[in-house]
Amino acid sequence: MRILGISAYYHDSAAALLLDGKPFAAAQEERFTRRKHDQRFPKNAIGYCLDAAGLDLDDLDGIAFFEKPLIKFERLIETYLANAPAGFQSFRTAMPVWLKDKLFQKHSLVKSLAPFSRSGQGIAEKMLFAEHHQSHAASAFFPSPFDEAVVLTMDGVGEWATTSVAIGRGNTLETMKEIHWPHSLGLLYSAFTSYCGFKVNSGEYKLMGLAPYGEPIYADTILNNIIDVKPDGSFWLDQRFFDYATGLTMTNARFHALFGGLPRDPDSPLSQHHMDLAASVQAVTELVMLRMTRDLARTYGIENLCLAGGVALNCVANGKILRDGAFKRVFVQPAAGDAGGALGAAYAAHALHAQAPREMTGAMDALQGSYLGPSFGQSEIEARLGAAGAIFEVVSDDALYDRTAERLEAGDAVGWFQGRMEFGPRALGNRSILGDPRQPDMQKTLNLKIKFRESFRPFAPSVLAEDTADYFEIDEPSPYMLMVTDVKRNRRRHRSAGDEHLFGIDKLNVPRSDIPAVTHVDYSARIQTVHRETNPRYHALIERFKKRTGCAVLVNTSFNVRGEPIVSAPEDAFRCFMGTGMETLAVGNCLLRKGEQTALSNRDYRHAFAAD
Amino acid sequence: MLSLVAELGRYMTARKKWWLFPIIAVLMLVGGLLVLAQGSALGPFIYTVF
Repeated sequence: MRILGISAYYHDSAAALLLDGKPFAAAQEERFTRRKHDQRFPKNAIGYCLDAAGLDLDDLDGIAFFEKPLIKFERLIETYLANAPAGFQSFRTAMPVWLKDKLFQKHSLVKSLAPFSRSGQGIAEKMLFAEHHQSHAASAFFPSPFDEAVVLTMDGVGEWATTSVAIGRGNTLETMKEIHWPHSLGLLYSAFTSYCGFKVNSGEYKLMGLAPYGEPIYADTILNNIIDVKPDGSFWLDQRFFDYATGLTMTNARFHALFGGLPRDPDSPLSQHHMDLAASVQAVTELVMLRMTRDLARTYGIENLCLAGGVALNCVANGKILRDGAFKRVFVQPAAGDAGGALGAAYAAHALHAQAPREMTGAMDALQGSYLGPSFGQSEIEARLGAAGAIFEVVSDDALYDRTAERLEAGDAVGWFQGRMEFGPRALGNRSILGDPRQPDMQKTLNLKIKFRESFRPFAPSVLAEDTADYFEIDEPSPYMLMVTDVKRNRRRHRSAGDEHLFGIDKLNVPRSDIPAVTHVDYSARIQTVHRETNPRYHALIERFKKRTGCAVLVNTSFNVRGEPIVSAPEDAFRCFMGTGMETLAVGNCLLRKGEQTALSNRDYRHAFAAD
Repeated sequence: MLSLVAELGRYMTARKKWWLFPIIAVLMLVGGLLVLAQGSALGPFIYTVF
């Protein structure tokens, strides 16, 4: 059975192809169009998926869309009616778009898909529509290594649901309960994201990264005024503090008065107040998620948990759920946001609609490390780099690992472009910028000279799976960088008496462990365990680095600058390399040094992309 | 247009929110006319109505 899944028209459009229940290819449209969070019809991603399999739409058994537009429209209309006349401004903005495009999504999907079909016939008959949270739940459960699991999905909002609980068994997935709009943990987090001056739908990571610099002094204010959390983790938001249901902003004057003033201007400096707010909403999010997962474990007596939806990208909360132990094992879908809905919709069509059997893949999940995107052969890489004006040397695998490890040890920031691109927001060692985590200045250098982003933002470590316990307090694999755990106590450097009194960003300058570049100010780290089975080349590089230095960890950050989608093709990597402070680039077996390139290849990259 | 009517029918049967029918039907009709009017002879008709 061949099924194409599509998510589009809201944010992070994507396509995924499922062949006989196994993910064959998946990619986000933004990687091809070079427009961050591109929400347009994913024609490039669909083209890639079909080309990779040598298929045409006529060869497919189904085309699944990740949500039901008419039910979403129903939610909109009911919300406007319930709040009228408030919300007229929002109604006036939303309706033209809905009346012209979104209401007729099936029609426009069929029209946009026609070029991918030889015959141009029968597309409408193949179209299926899954529910938004059903897509999220399917994206987490069906590729998981579990035969039975509780599936918890949380995000901003889908059609009506903002949180859902389902039980997955074999090829079935039964929704047990839901929390509906406007009560949404995702939107509560987004409200604080927006209040602290970051963009909704992309700045939530920054708020999470900012939280350890603050103290959760507003957590009680949040719990006593704007969210009522029940013992089972279900919650109710007091809408008098929010504007998102009917307005064009997230928060209103009552919210601003409660937290001491107007929202932060994105260009103004961050203060301790914003760090405390970030810490507070993070604490409340963790409280809700932990209450919920403990209650689910008690209620259903199942030892496995699957997580998806945008809130499942909160890796700090995920790490706490894992350590809490209510569930023995936890699997988080790496593309937990809406892009992953494409894969989930395809899974839902395969297992729930066609009732096709589910094949388990053993102890590993079915996502193959999430390396589901395009790859380039060595000759194509050489041709593309040559056309872009790059000067490179072709080396053997052995020399590639050796020389890259040598440059890493020397302190270079190294671009590492290998094999298939990752599906999901994290770079997992195929489209990554790497560094030596032992160097105290590495975090600052990478943030300011390479990524052109805020200096407070932490970096993640990639560690050889077999050496994880030597560095981190975790004994479960974390291949998708979705679990935060603590650095081992014996590796930490304790602050001096003077350093104990430091607040906020000042904490950043104090070395915190023997791998300071990947140790956050609270000694936590968002780890990626690297497995030989899913990424042999990246594994071999870290092994070589360990042989030279004794350190089995590398800094791994996505291969892009602030506001830019992660690089997809070799020429994207070369452009990013030339426009930033990176010193070395490895693309397949091609090795590039900055000093050897011609000045003509250089360009202003810092201002090439709008801030995210 | 027929497929839209069928889609609305299926939606109503599944969701059973009959009180929403007049609102959604009118909005779909307006939207449908807007879509059809793009570059078609229906343009002048739309302008007369609104």
